[in-house]
Amino acid sequence: MQNERIRPLKYLPAITTAAALMLIAAGLWAGEARDVWQKAVSICLSCIGIG
Amino acid sequence: MERLRRYSQYFFAIVANSYWMFPWKGPIYRGVIKHVCLPGLNCYSCPAAVTACPLGALQNFLATLRYNMSAGCFRPGFYVIGALALAGSFVGRMPCGWLCPFGLVQEMMLRLPLPKFRLWRGFRIGPYLFLGLFVIILPLAVSDAAGFGITWFCKFVCPAGTLEGGIPLLLMEQGLRRAAGLLFLHKLVLLVLILLLSAVISRPFCRAVCPLGAILGMFNRLSWFQLRFHKDRCLDCKACNTICPTDVSFFDGADDINSPACIRCMRCVAACPGGSVTIEFGPALEPATGESRTDEKNCTCHTQQG
Repeated sequence: MQNERIRPLKYLPAITTAAALMLIAAGLWAGEARDVWQKAVSICLSCIGIG
Repeated sequence: MERLRRYSQYFFAIVANSYWMFPWKGPIYRGVIKHVCLPGLNCYSCPAAVTACPLGALQNFLATLRYNMSAGCFRPGFYVIGALALAGSFVGRMPCGWLCPFGLVQEMMLRLPLPKFRLWRGFRIGPYLFLGLFVIILPLAVSDAAGFGITWFCKFVCPAGTLEGGIPLLLMEQGLRRAAGLLFLHKLVLLVLILLLSAVISRPFCRAVCPLGAILGMFNRLSWFQLRFHKDRCLDCKACNTICPTDVSFFDGADDINSPACIRCMRCVAACPGGSVTIEFGPALEPATGESRTDEKNCTCHTQQG
C-alpha cells in the first residue's frame, strides 16, 4: 500500500525538471529570451519609481 | 555551513551586479548575460546588474500578452516560468537563502542591535496574494486601449527596484531626478519601512510579500534537494525553531520540514545537537501532507526503490 502511495512521487523531481526544460525550450522557440533581454537592457522606469 | 551561505550570498550579489563600467560606458549593462533570469530579487535596472529579474520579466510578458495576442503572437513567459521551475526543481527555495541579494540586505539589517520580534504566521499567505494579484491578475486584466498592461509589482511594491535601480540612477541622472514624483516617494517610503522592519523581524519581505519566494517555495516538496527530519533523534530542544529565519516549526509537526516557507538556509541542520535534520538529494518519498518526513519506513522505501 505504501509503495503504491509513494511511487508516483518518486518521479516528481524528474518530471518537474523535464517540464521546466520543455518550458524553457518553448520560450526560446517563441523568442521570449530576446524579449527578456530587450526589457532588461533598457531602464525600467516603473521599476525605479518614475513612470 | 552558515559561513558558507554568507559567502554564497556575497558571491552572487557581486556576480549579479558585476558591471562596474556604468559610470563610463552607460548607465545599464547591455550584454548577452541579460538573457539569463537569476532566481533572486535583483533589479535589472540596477546600473551594475548583469542578469534579468524573473519577476519583472514575467510581469512584462503578462502585461503585454493581450497586445501580443492581438498581433498573432503568444508569449506568456514560458522562458521565465521554465527558468524558475528549473531552479526550483533542483533546490526549491534555496536561492532565497543562498543567492538573493535582497535577502542578504534584510539579513544585514537584522544584525543591528535592536529588539527582535516574531512575525505572525498568518502573513505567510502574503506572498501568494502578491503573486496572484500584483504579478498575474492585475498585469493581465488591466490594460490600456492598445492592450498594454502595467507591471504592478515592480511599479508599486518592489523595494529592490528602488534600492538597486531607483536610488543609484537618480543619483547619476539629473533628468530622472527631475522626473521623480509621488510614485518614487511612495516606493522610497515602502523601502525604508521594509528595511526598518528587517532590523527587528527576520526577513519580513521574504515571508510576507515576495512573490518570487512564493513561486520557488512551491517547489520545496517537488525538488531533488530535500531536507529530512528524523523524529526519533529529536531532543525537543527547539534549537531548529529558535534559529530558523522564517519560523518554520517542524519539530512539533506544525510545519513540514520541506514547507514552502523554508528558505533552506540549513541553519537547522547545523544547529540540531541530535543530528535529526539531514539533507537528501533525490526524489521525494511521501505525499505533501502537513507531516514531516519522519519515519524509518520511508527511509527503507527510499533504499528499496533506489
